[in-house]
Amino acid sequence: MIKTTQWIVVTLVLCLSISVAFSQGLAPPSNVTVVDTPNDDGSSITIMWDAAAEDSGISDYQILRQIADGDLEEVGELLPAGTTTYVDSSIEKGSLYTYIVRAVSATGATVDSEQTAPVKGTGEWFHTGKAALFIVMLLFSAAIVWNIYDARSGKEIFVRRIPGLEAVDEAIGRATEMGRSILYVLGLGSIGRIATIASMTILGQVARRTADYETPLRVPCIDPIVLNVVREVVKTSYVDEGHPDAYNEEDIFYLTGSQFAYAAGVDGMMVREKPAAIFLQGSFAAESLILAETGNSIGAIQIAGTDSEHQLPFFIAACDYTLIGEELYAATAYLSKDPMFLGSLKGQDWGKVLILGMIVFGVVLESFGISWITALLQQVN
Amino acid sequence: MKQQVPLVLCFLFGIVMILTEFSPHTASQATYKEIANWGRVISPFVFVLAVVTLIQTHWTRIQRRVEHWQYSLVVFFGMIVMVVAGLPYGPQHPAFKWLFNNVQVPMDATMFSLLAFFIASAAYRAFRARTFEATLLLLTAVIVMVGNIPVGDLLWPDAASNARQWILDNPNLSARRGIILGVSLGAISQSIRIILGIERSYLG
Repeated sequence: MIKTTQWIVVTLVLCLSISVAFSQGLAPPSNVTVVDTPNDDGSSITIMWDAAAEDSGISDYQILRQIADGDLEEVGELLPAGTTTYVDSSIEKGSLYTYIVRAVSATGATVDSEQTAPVKGTGEWFHTGKAALFIVMLLFSAAIVWNIYDARSGKEIFVRRIPGLEAVDEAIGRATEMGRSILYVLGLGSIGRIATIASMTILGQVARRTADYETPLRVPCIDPIVLNVVREVVKTSYVDEGHPDAYNEEDIFYLTGSQFAYAAGVDGMMVREKPAAIFLQGSFAAESLILAETGNSIGAIQIAGTDSEHQLPFFIAACDYTLIGEELYAATAYLSKDPMFLGSLKGQDWGKVLILGMIVFGVVLESFGISWITALLQQVN
Repeated sequence: MKQQVPLVLCFLFGIVMILTEFSPHTASQATYKEIANWGRVISPFVFVLAVVTLIQTHWTRIQRRVEHWQYSLVVFFGMIVMVVAGLPYGPQHPAFKWLFNNVQVPMDATMFSLLAFFIASAAYRAFRARTFEATLLLLTAVIVMVGNIPVGDLLWPDAASNARQWILDNPNLSARRGIILGVSLGAISQSIRIILGIERSYLG
C-alpha cells in the first residue's frame, strides 16, 4: 500500500515536472511590431512577429488588444502556427491600441509577448503602392496633351489607312444610290461607356453625310439616355450641314431595354426595311453575331467596330469592315481630320511605344535573371 | 452657357474620380461613393424616360398608321399585361412570375439559341480556304474543335487537347492582350479628350 502511494506521488511529481519544463520551453513571440496598415483608410492596424522555430511547441496564436483605458480583449480566431502577420480590421479610427501576441501550445499552455507601444489607425491621402501607376498615368496623359497642343501648330500628322473608316462614304453613297435607309446600331452600352461615346462621335460624322445626301438614318436605342444624346448629336449634325428640315426625330427611337428583345427588334427592322448600309458601332455582347449575320443575309454593306474583344471574331466573319479595338476610338480623328484629335492619336502611340519598350526590355532583363521591370509592372498592377 | 456648364462639370468630376483611385483616405472614398450614388439616383428617372419615349414612339405609329403599325399594338398589349400583373402585387406575384418565366424567358432563349445557327453560317464563310489567312484560320479552328471534343484525345491521346491549349494560351492570348492594350490606351486617350473638353460630341 505504501509502495503504491509512493509510486503515485513519484509519477505525479514527474508529470508535473515535465509539464512545467514543457511550459517553460514555450517561448513568447519575439519582435512583435505594430504599425498603422499602410495605404488604407485608417480602419486597420497590422501586427507582425517573428516566425517561431518548428520545435517550439506553439500550435496557435491568439491576438489580444487593449484600447486606451479599456480591458484586454481577444481579437479574431486562433491563428495557426506559422502565421507571422495579422491585420486587425475591427478598430475604431483614431483610437490608440496596444497589442499582445499570445502563443498557445497543443496542451493549452500559453505565453504572452510584451505589450506593444500604442498605435492608432490613420488614413493615407495617397496610396504609395499606386505611385508607379500614378506616374505612368501622368506621363501618358502629358504625352497626349502635349501632342494635342503640338498638333495645333499645324504639323502634319500621319495616320495609317483604316479601311473600315474609308468605307464609310462608300456605304452611305451606296445607300443613297439605292434609295434605301442606313441603320446605325450603338450596341448595348450605356452613356457611361467610352465605346458608346466613341460610337456617337462616328454617328455625328455619318449624320453629316446623310444630311447632305438626304438619306434616311435610322437609330434604334437600348438606353433612353443614349437615345436623347443621340437625338441631339444627329440634330446638331443636320443643322450644321444646313439641312435641319431633313432631320426626323422619329428615326431615332427607343426600342427596348432587354438584350435579346433588342436583337430581335433590330433584326426585324433589317428584314422588313432592308437598309443598304448597317453600322454596328459600340459595345456588344452575345447579340453581335445575331445582328451581323442578319445584316449579311439581306446583303447590306456592314461596318462594325467594338471594344468588346470577344465579339470581334464574329464581326470580322460576318461584316465587310471591322474597326478593331482602338480603331473605334481613332474614328473621330480619322473622319474629322481635326488636328487636336490627330494629336491625341499620336500621344496614344507614344504610350504604346513606351509599353512595348518596357515589355521588350523586361524580357531581355528577365533572360539575365534581373526582374526589376517585372516587379515594377506587378506594382502597377 | 449651355455647353460651358457641362464641360466644367465633366472636367471637375473627371479629375475628382481619377484622384479617388489613388487616395484611400476616408474622405476620398466617401466622395467616390457619394458621386457613384448620384449616378444610381438617375436610374429611376431613366426608367420613366424609357416608358414615356416608348409610348410616344408607338402611339405616333398607330396614329399615323405607318407600315407595320400593328406591331405597336402588340407592344402596348404586352406592356399593359405586365403592368397589370406586376404593379399591384410586385414582381414576386405568381401571375407576374408565370408571365416572365413562360413568355419573356423562352423568347430570350429563342433569340439566344439562334446564335448556334448563325455561328455555323458565319464559320462556313470565314473558313472557306480561299486565301492563305483563311486557310490558316480553318486549320487552327479544326485543331481547336478537335481538341475540344472527347474523340480528339481518343484519336490522338493528349496531343489534341495539348495543341488546342497551346493555341489558346499563346497566339490567341497574345493577340487578345494586344487588342486589350490598344483598347485601354484608346479609352484613356478618349477619356482625356472628354475631360479636357476637346471631345464634345456627347453634348450634341
